[in-house]
Amino acid sequence: MNQPRVETQREVGDEVRQTTCYMCACRCGINVHLKSGKLAYIEGNRDHPINKGVLCAKGASGIMQVTAPSRLKAPLRRVGPRGSGAFEEITWEEALSTAVAWMKPLRETAPEKLAFFTGRDQSQSLTGWWAQNFGTPNYAAHGGFCSVNMAAGGIYTIGGAFWEFGQPDWDRTKLFVMFGVAEDHDSNPIKIGLGKLKARGARVISVNPVRTGYSAVADDWIGITPGTDGLLILSLIHCLLEAGKIDLDYLAQWTNAPLLVTEADGPEKGLFVRNAESQPFVIDRRTSHPAPWDGKDVQPDLGAEWQGNRTVFRHMVEEYLKPGYAPEAVAARCGVTAARIRQLAAELADVAFNHAITLDRPWTDFRGNEHPNMPGRPVSFHAMRGISAHSNGFQTARALHLLQILLGSLETPGGYRLKPPYPKPIEAHPTPHFVSTPGKPLTGPHLGYVRSPDDLCLLPDGQPARIDKGFSWENPFSAHGLMHMVIPNAHAGDPYRIDTLFLYMANMSWNSSMNSARVMEMLTEERDGDYVIPRIIYSDAYASEMVAYADLILPDTTYLERHDCISLLDRPISEPDAAGDAIRWPVIEPDREVRCFQSVLLELGARLGLPGMVNEDGTPKFKDYADYIANHQRRPGVGPLMGFRGNGEAEGRGAPNPDQLNRYIENGAFYQAHVPEEAAFYKPWNAAYQDWAVKLGLYETPQPYLFNIWSEPMRRFQLAAEGFGPRQPPDHLRARLKQAMHPLPIWYAPYGDEDAAFGYPVHALTQRPMDMYHSWGSQNAWLRQIKGHNYLYLPTKIWVEQGFQDGDWARVSSRAGTIVVPVAHMAALNENTVWTWNAIGKRKGAWALDADAPEATTGFLLNHLISELLPDRDGLRLSNSDPITGQAAWFDQRVRVERVAAEDHPRGTVEPMFERLPDPPRAGGGRDHNSSAKNWTASFRRKFVAPVGGET
Amino acid sequence: MTGLPGATEKRLGLVIDLDTCVGCQACVTACKGWNDGGIGLSDQDPYGADPSGTFLNRVHSYQVAIPDAPAQVVTFPRSCLHCDNAPCVTVCPTGASYKRAEDGIVLVNEDACIGCGLCAWACPYGAREMDAAQGVMKKCTLCVDRIYNETLPEEDREPACVRTCPTNARHFGDLADPDSKVSQLVAQRGGYDLMPDMGTKPTNKYLPPRKKGPGEASPLAPLLDIKATGIAGWLDRMLGKI
Repeated sequence: MNQPRVETQREVGDEVRQTTCYMCACRCGINVHLKSGKLAYIEGNRDHPINKGVLCAKGASGIMQVTAPSRLKAPLRRVGPRGSGAFEEITWEEALSTAVAWMKPLRETAPEKLAFFTGRDQSQSLTGWWAQNFGTPNYAAHGGFCSVNMAAGGIYTIGGAFWEFGQPDWDRTKLFVMFGVAEDHDSNPIKIGLGKLKARGARVISVNPVRTGYSAVADDWIGITPGTDGLLILSLIHCLLEAGKIDLDYLAQWTNAPLLVTEADGPEKGLFVRNAESQPFVIDRRTSHPAPWDGKDVQPDLGAEWQGNRTVFRHMVEEYLKPGYAPEAVAARCGVTAARIRQLAAELADVAFNHAITLDRPWTDFRGNEHPNMPGRPVSFHAMRGISAHSNGFQTARALHLLQILLGSLETPGGYRLKPPYPKPIEAHPTPHFVSTPGKPLTGPHLGYVRSPDDLCLLPDGQPARIDKGFSWENPFSAHGLMHMVIPNAHAGDPYRIDTLFLYMANMSWNSSMNSARVMEMLTEERDGDYVIPRIIYSDAYASEMVAYADLILPDTTYLERHDCISLLDRPISEPDAAGDAIRWPVIEPDREVRCFQSVLLELGARLGLPGMVNEDGTPKFKDYADYIANHQRRPGVGPLMGFRGNGEAEGRGAPNPDQLNRYIENGAFYQAHVPEEAAFYKPWNAAYQDWAVKLGLYETPQPYLFNIWSEPMRRFQLAAEGFGPRQPPDHLRARLKQAMHPLPIWYAPYGDEDAAFGYPVHALTQRPMDMYHSWGSQNAWLRQIKGHNYLYLPTKIWVEQGFQDGDWARVSSRAGTIVVPVAHMAALNENTVWTWNAIGKRKGAWALDADAPEATTGFLLNHLISELLPDRDGLRLSNSDPITGQAAWFDQRVRVERVAAEDHPRGTVEPMFERLPDPPRAGGGRDHNSSAKNWTASFRRKFVAPVGGET
Repeated sequence: MTGLPGATEKRLGLVIDLDTCVGCQACVTACKGWNDGGIGLSDQDPYGADPSGTFLNRVHSYQVAIPDAPAQVVTFPRSCLHCDNAPCVTVCPTGASYKRAEDGIVLVNEDACIGCGLCAWACPYGAREMDAAQGVMKKCTLCVDRIYNETLPEEDREPACVRTCPTNARHFGDLADPDSKVSQLVAQRGGYDLMPDMGTKPTNKYLPPRKKGPGEASPLAPLLDIKATGIAGWLDRMLGKI
């Protein structure tokens, strides 16, 4: 046969540059292939610790993001009314001097009048430091509307968290259980891990109202009712306790279960009994006398009762053996039968106790006790937004950690393992700083971990010091701030008004706000001849919906055109066996008047004369972000990057090395410091790990600690709510503080459940698709072909009861509003839940999409249904958030669903429909004009030329 | 009509694990990216009302009703199966569609393709896509320009979809070799032909989802009757075990 010759030796490009992806928050390593300086192909970097060569749908579409026509091209100044989208292009000098002219007087008179909030920012150690030096208390990133419950619930309990701060021991775990995990953090590592489990035939269980993605491949699916995960988990704990299937040795050694809790009424009730040195202690089983909690060879008595004070263990057992936690008592509420709950408890116990494993690795704990090996209980868990985005999410995260603790699996072989810089106890974190003084920096970082009411950010009159009311009585542990409350609070002047709102990468007039329609009004409302929020500065790389609402636009670069550092000072790329950090660097040069936002921030800092950003003679200290990354020192010898310090050989600690970024580039744009084998498990208590962490600079002295089954910081807030202590909460918050701040993990109904009684019985959720990162994907010519439409998925019960037909619409109402949206039937769904994909819906005119793009005509957001406030009680503005952390309670949402037959909705577009946004000046180009492929005309012509081979 | 080579020495193809595929679409865009740079894959109306482009690999999602159990969702990647008995080849009027004798890969010689679309009509799997800008038929090449490409590191000489798959649900190899990793997987996991009744004898195989449902651990027996003994009794029994 005469086969044609096929070109098999095609060269992908002439150069490969390795950098870090930014198509989501996963931060995978990528090989960027260039041909004649132009982007040719992007693939995963096989040597990279996060993705090990693989890449997701988003990452492989990066080429369409970097060439998207939505890219901004030059600084813009608003010339029409705010929201009209009328802009003029200005020079960078005009843009920078305008920003400085607005900010400088604020710093000199009232620094809190500048609120600086960043969205999906991966440079928080820089942006936070900048805000600290500006002196405003009003800084945070987007964690408050993302998943702070997951972070804070974990850190207050185990000194680490789910999110991306740890991961199951994928190579050893035998049973993996996910709660509320969709395409959340982190993305490729979870997929790689699931692949490992599937290859080994290990068992995977998913607890999730929606059976898609990871839940679809899980070996078992528990379609729980939203907001009841905590109750299910506590019921599992009830079952394990009832059967005595808990790890007593683990509890006695590594947790605060044997500490004694003060019984006597008064200001100490519920706090740990302390000795003369103010140290909590245990009762030693050998002597029945008090002994230090960290003493060598001490055998803590879990069941002790000493001078009328009982152990945490006893309090815990008494709580969870209550009949209210029995599977039969919680089944209806959770939407899971009692038999299924008992079965799941039996599976957990079976693997933990009948299939335990042991690694033959001797190690020494912080007490000096030597252990011949590392026993492991190969049950692991992961949880994310599904449990986090509820008003009971903090306690639910705590409950899940307690379950892992009782099984004795956390930080053991086969269990969930933390990644450096975690484990890290609360005591090693800062407390929040907030006192603003004109012309001065804050005395420390904004965000931290509150230990008691003394640490709250309150003004002398007791009012919140922060514009988002972070670290106030309304949400005392708001470790990531409450970005979703900044605009509503600034608009309401509650607690005060601001002058300039400075936002980075945060689409607050659309998918990143609750009640988006109302937020647009807040941004444009005028009072006394000026906007209520007088000035808005915004930096983004793309023509997002937020651009139209800013007065000054500082256009950012795309991710391949910039420097970045993925730092141990904020969110590194560590693995359980290695600390890791990484960089981005400009693998292509921008072809427009755009600048890396972080370089712009440093220049603004220099022009404002902010400490740390200017030399003694007033000249800028850093040329740009790259200069800062290599030369900034947060503490002596510790900077943004840990690798190649000093003479290039120093790791963790060492003088700045001017060649550091080049060394990173040579190394694939990342660096890893490996955890020694004997330090790899039992890290919070492992002396070898603690010494390694100090050597690396993660902290200055060893920080061993006990897992906090009983949370003293929480109890201190309960005490305040009970009337003890000098700092007292307002009366209207006492009851909810008493309930939510229970020192043991408990469950209470999500606040949104109240809406059920007002005719909104159905739970409404969103999920992030695996092939989109929030609003960013729709401008991508490839990704939008995969998911350009979204539907409201209705369970069979609602579909059948109301006689829905394919092509129908639904009127979906809540306390906050009504939307009319297209629907589809989904059987693999909790019967009282509806859901849709997150952020597919776009406003007309945004993101350089045509006005008739499906994202703008039939795509929709649930945000219009979600109030940022709880129902008005006596004029109080309480945020629709977790009462502990301020986490936006997106998933508390309740709605009513009513069929709108296709023929009754002839317009065929969603409601509400907002006015089209005018197209701001932007780069243009994109797929039509900027194809990386061939000359199509030539190719088309070729077919008329005589064939070179093949039969005809 | 175009002839088929008969038995090929090798049968290169994919084994796709439906028990593991989470439907993340990574293979879809990795394929698009690689082949866009190679044979070129156009997009029409990329930022408009009805974007439609050429993709050689797509992932679909299906709901499956299970008697007496909750409904399931199966995500299903679909691309050319490189059939032994490829109807897309035999239907081709110009010989542009052909199956390689040496490895069984089904390709389109774009220089000979007149864009008549008969092959797409003949393929029961819908695995061919007409490129609207080029007017020629496109299909999965099994990354023939990767798997033999000596300009790539040896470990990268596999299809782009396989290299990128985050869950490792896609496997590439020689299905004519009973000892190959892919053949072993097919044997162990009951790999099957898609729509065998069509008589196409596909090379690619799918591994079926494993059986789902509650586990089989024995129910937990209560430690004792807590109602009778109270918490104190529980503590005595439990802590006595230490």
